[in-house]
Amino acid sequence: MTPAGRLTYRRAVNRVMLTLTGVCAAGIVSILLFILGYLLVNGARSLNWSFFTELPKPVGELGGGMANAIIGSGKVLAIATAIGVPVGFLGGVYLSEYGSTTFAFLVRYTTDLLNGVPSIVVGIFAFSLFVLRAKHFSTLAGGVALGVMMIPIAVRSTEEFLRAVPTGLREAALALGTPKWRMLATVVIPAARDGIITGIMLNLARVAGETAPLLFTAFGNTSWSPGLNHPTATLPVMIYTYALSPYDDLHRQAWAAGFVLLMLVLTVNVSARFIVARSGPAGGR
Amino acid sequence: MPMPMESRERVPGPPRARVAVPDVPPGIVDNVAVPTSSLAEPAEQPLFGPGVTEKIRVSGLDFYYGATQALWNISMRIPARHVTAFIGPSGCGKSTFLRTLNRMCDTVKGARVHGEIHLDGEDVFELDVVALRRRVGMVFQRSNPFPKSIFENVAYGLRVNGGLSRAAIAEQVERSLQRAALWDEVKHKLHQSASGLSGGQQQRLCIARALAVDPEVLLLDEPCSALDPIATAKIEELLLGLADSCTIVIVTHNMQQAARVSDYTGFFLLGKLIEFDRTERIFQNPARKETEDYVTGRFG
Repeated sequence: MTPAGRLTYRRAVNRVMLTLTGVCAAGIVSILLFILGYLLVNGARSLNWSFFTELPKPVGELGGGMANAIIGSGKVLAIATAIGVPVGFLGGVYLSEYGSTTFAFLVRYTTDLLNGVPSIVVGIFAFSLFVLRAKHFSTLAGGVALGVMMIPIAVRSTEEFLRAVPTGLREAALALGTPKWRMLATVVIPAARDGIITGIMLNLARVAGETAPLLFTAFGNTSWSPGLNHPTATLPVMIYTYALSPYDDLHRQAWAAGFVLLMLVLTVNVSARFIVARSGPAGGR
Repeated sequence: MPMPMESRERVPGPPRARVAVPDVPPGIVDNVAVPTSSLAEPAEQPLFGPGVTEKIRVSGLDFYYGATQALWNISMRIPARHVTAFIGPSGCGKSTFLRTLNRMCDTVKGARVHGEIHLDGEDVFELDVVALRRRVGMVFQRSNPFPKSIFENVAYGLRVNGGLSRAAIAEQVERSLQRAALWDEVKHKLHQSASGLSGGQQQRLCIARALAVDPEVLLLDEPCSALDPIATAKIEELLLGLADSCTIVIVTHNMQQAARVSDYTGFFLLGKLIEFDRTERIFQNPARKETEDYVTGRFG
């Protein structure tokens, strides 16, 4: 090939690859926009004030809302976070900073296995742990099921982000006569903070849409669910039930619930990042 | 384990030392600024002159990374409130040796030490490692400021130690930045991020951070290797000033630097301490052939 020919060839390859990467990037964004738009178009007619404030109407009546399911999902996710985040975070700190033995290998291996357990099996676990004993469904059982599902990813993402903190920072702290726990708390974890929080947010978004483990733990409820010890409606289970029903109005409400669920996750995500960004200089930079 | 220093054939594997490309022309000895009066002193005079006391004593130190022995039977006495430099080709063990002095080598998996190191007569392997590192500070090759503000970087060690009021911390931060010759450059932006500083400023910030806890000994591991000559000159000047109050031990690639800043110099080769003496003697009248070859650029 002549030098000029080679240049033409290189430019052509460059154009093709640039187009490919651009198309894929645009594809990712358009999938989200498409889903959002589709949910909105199909559920728009049910998205009104009463959707957020009213209880579901009995079958056959039009209107009604999902206030109880929105609160129910919130409660279930709060319990899941209260279980999954501390256990996952502390486990990740152990694996990254202290675990170098056979035990750590075992923990890492079982964590990966746990991550591969189908969500419905996790639901059965919570079912036999809570529902069978208490002889009734409950918010708590649903929260525990989702919390268990959060643990493996929380562990591994925390571990990875902590490992990525440069050795130089650790050595600088240790060389000042800092005890290891204090080095972790004041230098390593703050430097990894943004990554760890992102990991938790993605994790929360993932379990927020889980339906299977809630079917026989939180179950469902046509009315309010006081406390944590009663069955509760949740958005994913409502979507599931309504989508299977033969009524158009309920179909529309299922679409609207999907939209609300997505927006809830997005809101939590954005506000968490906002709080982090406000709380001081970020680590690692 | 007793071992004659000459037995190089016992070093496992290929020698890790690169054959030095001399960074100094052979005429360097003439350029070394040392008091000429010392040349007249008899060769058999004691290592430490009058008024010089011992800060660290190392006896028979062997160091292993797993199965690889990195240091062989090192013994030396490091004088208090002077600058001691370690020179030698890459991989000769000088940094490893430096890291045994504050037990930073403890953090390396599979690292083992035999032999003794005494700090003011106390066995450092018996001391609590946290307490030891408060007395023996360290500055690293790559500047490593915390992702915090300039003020918080210097205050870090003070906060870890605890027991100081806010005012006392602020005062000590200012004093440390002044000792590190950085105060005038940063006093207007103490609460900005340290990552906005230049490389040389970051390294002086790291020195200020180490000085803030008033260490008895300051170890520096090639602190200028990533810096330009002007930043290097600032740090060298600073070290000369610090030696009045602090014992300084510096590892350097740069022989001129050792000649400029140090009172005592140790020459390492393939994990062994070949020679340790007053700097002017190492550079002008070394006792050993290897040292002479290295400092005159004829190493090989």
